[in-house]
Order: sequence, then structure tokens, then C-alpha cells
Amino acid sequence: MNRWLPFEWTMAVRFLREGRLQTIFIIGGISIGVGVIVFMSAMLAGLQANFIKRVLTSQPQIQLLTPDQVARPLRNGAGEIEDAVVQRPSQRVISIDQWPKIRARMQAMPEVVAVSPTILGSVLAVRGDASRSVNLSGVEPDSYFKIVKVPDYIVAGEPRLTSEDIIIGIELAKDLGAAVGDKINVRAASGATRVLTISGLVDLGNKSVNQRVCYAALRTAQSLLGMIGGITTIDITVGDIYAAEDIAQRIQAANVVEADSWIKTNAQFFTAVQAQQNTNTLIRLFVGLSVAFGIAAVLVVSVIQRSKDIGILRAMGTSRGQILRVFLVQGGLLGFVGSLFGAALGAFALVYWHSVARQADGTELFPLILERSLFAYTALLATVTGLLAAMAPAVRAAKLDPVVAIRG
Amino acid sequence: MASEILRLENVCKAYNVGLPTETEVLHGIDLELDHGEFLALIGPSGSGKSTLLNIVGLLDQPTSGRLLIKGRDIADLGDTEITHLRGHTIGFVFQYHLLISAFTARENVMMPMLADRGFASADIEARADRLLAQVGLEKFAGNLANNMSGGQQQRVAVARALAMSPDLVLADEPTGNLDTKSADAVFELMRQVNRESGTSFLLVTHNMDLARRCDRIIEVVDGRIRA
Repeated sequence: MNRWLPFEWTMAVRFLREGRLQTIFIIGGISIGVGVIVFMSAMLAGLQANFIKRVLTSQPQIQLLTPDQVARPLRNGAGEIEDAVVQRPSQRVISIDQWPKIRARMQAMPEVVAVSPTILGSVLAVRGDASRSVNLSGVEPDSYFKIVKVPDYIVAGEPRLTSEDIIIGIELAKDLGAAVGDKINVRAASGATRVLTISGLVDLGNKSVNQRVCYAALRTAQSLLGMIGGITTIDITVGDIYAAEDIAQRIQAANVVEADSWIKTNAQFFTAVQAQQNTNTLIRLFVGLSVAFGIAAVLVVSVIQRSKDIGILRAMGTSRGQILRVFLVQGGLLGFVGSLFGAALGAFALVYWHSVARQADGTELFPLILERSLFAYTALLATVTGLLAAMAPAVRAAKLDPVVAIRG
Repeated sequence: MASEILRLENVCKAYNVGLPTETEVLHGIDLELDHGEFLALIGPSGSGKSTLLNIVGLLDQPTSGRLLIKGRDIADLGDTEITHLRGHTIGFVFQYHLLISAFTARENVMMPMLADRGFASADIEARADRLLAQVGLEKFAGNLANNMSGGQQQRVAVARALAMSPDLVLADEPTGNLDTKSADAVFELMRQVNRESGTSFLLVTHNMDLARRCDRIIEVVDGRIRA
């Protein structure tokens, strides 16, 4: 007999060992339940991380824009109520007023990680007979690449943006029949034209985006779009991505800009994430409940099977508290041991699924994230579930009348 | 005069109290047992012997009357004190389901000491081995309960009942399931312990031969002690 194990643990371990088949089956059940939770949680976390990474490395988390231009109807006099029908004015492309000051203010905010001024506009990319309407982003590469990880998406060439360079999407390159090193004409609506050299091709993972995306140096784009010294947006990255909307609202309240967070502009994605999380929580809840009921059922049967042993133990001077703990320990042990096997099962399934499931382009469907905290959390949860599930049978065992128990 | 270990004064026990099916099984039992006494409790089946034994063993409570163990009135004690008294003062030997099957003979004998102290120790193991040697089963110390004969199991049960050096051992037909030879051996073992350590015994039996070898015989008939 192990001298380090307290009485209750000794009894619990022996009872579980003696009811071997029962113990093996319930541990199997718990393992499958825990395995499902580990697999689902890790896979969904991976899918979400992958998706968020894709979304957040290809677009700014907060974008500051010029406020909407609105028509203000004149009033005849103070206090006079009007019911004017006001036509929305066309929105001219204008620069953000006082943008260097706003940028400095943003850079001073502790939540903000990177700030980059950008100019956006539509231009025509022309090469030979081929021409395509594209979106030109004029950026400062040093700061912009911290926000949108353009270098990560480069599939040919390099992320270089001198005043003569342009980075274009791979689909656009195909449409124009151009490759890295080729020159293309970029023509603005005003008629201004620049010849730029393709320094790199990017693949942002979306065909229509890849057909229209172009990056040039800020000054090049400013001169092309006829907005010398002006910018149309300030792009921002923040430390806590989920606080982006809150920060955007604060920025908008304190500055004459419109601030859009990625949460607002990707509301649909957020709804999907939320739905996924809700589904995952529900699955966890029901798997947890079925595990708890399984443990409780086995222990209830065990209490009935062990009633004579319980009676004898009570006759020998074992207290109600000790009997209670014997069954609680059994519940906790079942949960804990089941969680260990379950974690291994879940990890194995995850590794297997990760190697099998691929995206259309052959890349991994989700990153393999095996966080220790997930296993620790699951083991803790399973142990607590086991303890809680054992509560009713344990109380029943502790309350057994020894006379009735011995008589069986 | 030997000191008194057990006293029952006008003890009654009824089941389903207050219901139309109320049944009184013990009617005003008066009984005393001295230290070192070996008492046989006889009577026909259903006479209330086992109920009386359960009340004396603090497994059941009397409906009325007083029960004093070593001079302490049980009515004044709480559940914890009763459990403690049961563990330290009283040893049980049952007729059926003698040992806990998940444990070896030695571990079964260690059980009361383990429940009392919380952890196993060399002292506890040594005492269990001594007790097993006393009942002649030192060679079977490592055997699981199910791998022993009925007589051997009963001797282990006697050793277990003695583990906490109780003042009183209550034996509910301990030989009822055994053949004559084994029954005799178990009885002699208890008698020997009684003589050597002065432990009191209250033995419920149907075997008149064994009862006659006890110090005193009390007959219970229809819930009353027949004088």
C-alpha cells in the first residue's frame, strides 16, 4: 500500500482499479469528449487566427478618412423650422485637412503601433494595347509595410518602392502581360501620366483584388493624382486588434476625420467568428454535460455496488466526510485521467487533420496551434467536471445508513 | 468487580415510527457487559438480536432508553464523536461480506488504522502483520480477500476487528457460514483474544455449543430478554 497516498485516495484508486472494465469504458468516453473539445477548440482557434492574420495583414486595422462632404441648407432666420430636401453632394477626392498634425497625434497614442499616410485613387494601367482600371495606393513603404505586410505577399520581385517603382497584383500583371522589371504607363483621370517599373508582384489571396491592386511611392502617387502634399487616408495598426473599434470611435470624436475600424468594415466576418465561437461553446457545453452524466452514472452504479463496503468502512469508524471524499476523488481522477488521454487523442487528430486538410492553393487550412494552456485548461475543466459529477453519488454514499448498507 | 463497558437501560427500537405500519422490535432491553466478559446473545431469527447488536455498535439509534458505552451516554454525542467512538472502542465481525474485496488480507486489517490516521505507515503494516500472525494467517497477508476460504476470511475479519485494540468486539453470527471445524477455530481465536487482552465480546449465535462455552448467555425472544 502506497504510504504517500491518503486513505481516501487509496480507497478511490482501488475501487476504480477493481471495477476495471467500468473504469476503462468511462475513461474512454471522457477521452473522446475531451478529444473533441481539444480538436474543435484548437482547429477553430487556428482557423480564426489564420483568417484574422489574412485580414489584418492585408488591410489596416483603422483607416482615417476625410469626413463626408455634406450640403448645408441656408436658414432664413433663427428658430425657423425647415423641412428641406437636400441632395447629397458628390464626394470630391480631397486631402485630409492638417494630416501631419493628425498623424503626430496618432503616433502619440499608446494603443497605436504604426501610422502611415496613404493616398488612394483610380488610375489606368496601360501596357501596349492592354489597359486596366486599377486602384493606386501611394504609400510610405517604411511605415505602410508595418501595417499591410506587402513584403509577405510578394510572389515575384521585391518590395521596393522608389519614385520610379510600382508593385502590382499578379492578376493585373497577367492581364497586362507584364512581369517584374517591365514598365507600364500609369494614367490618371486628369491626364497626368508616369512610366513606372514593376518591382514586385503581390498575391493578396483574392482574384478581384489582385486584378486591381497597385502600390507606388507616396510622392509619385500624389503627383499622379494631382494632390501634391495631400493624402486621402491615414492607416493605423493598434496593439489590441479587438479594441480597434473602440479606439476608432475615440479618434473620430477627437479629430475632424472619419475613422473606420476593421471590425466595422468586416462586420460579416465578425458575425461568422461569433457564430463559430457560439457553436464551439455549445458543443463544449454539451460534450461536457455528457461527460459529467457519464461519470455520475458510473459512480452511482459504483455506490450501489460498493454499498456493503461502505457499510463496513462506516462500521470501522470511517466518517461520512471520508466516504464523501472517496467518491469525489474517483470523479476527479476519472476526469483528470480521461482528460490526459483525451488531450493526446485531440492532439493526434489535430496533427492528422492538419496534414490532410488543405486549401485550394495547397497551403495549410489552419495553422497547427497546440497551446499548453488549452491542454491545462481542458484537464482542469475535466477534473472539475468529474468532481461536480461525483457530488451527487458521493453525497448518496456518505448518507448511506450503515445498517442498510451492510444488509445490502 | 470488573468495570462496565456497556449498559443498556430500557432500550426500545421501533421502525416506521408514527406511521400505521409502526413496529417495535425491541421492548425495554436492559443489559450490562463488563470488561473482559464474553457474552453470547442467542434467540430465534427475527427476535431482534441483530437490531440490538447494531444499536450497541452505534450503527443504529434506539427509539427510547439509554445506551452507555464506557459510562458515556450516546444520546449526548454528535455524529463525529459517535464515529470516533465506533472506530476506537468497538470492533465488528460480520457474518456475510467479511472483507473488502479490492484489498489484500493485510490491507483489510490495516483499514481501520488507515481510516483513523489517514496514511499508511510501517507501524500500521507491522501491527497488521502481528494480528495476522495471531490469527495464523501470516502466510496469506498478500492474498486478495476473494482468494481465501470463508474460514480464513473470517479470521482476517477478527484480526481487523482487533486492529484498533477495541474494548468491545461485536460479532454477528461470525461462524454461521462456516463448517464445524472452521467455526470452532474462529470461536477459539476470539476466546483466546478475550483471555489474553481482556477484550469484551458480544457474540450473536445460533450455535448452542458455542454459546455454552461463553461466560454468559442472554436469550432474546420477541424483542425481550428472557431471564
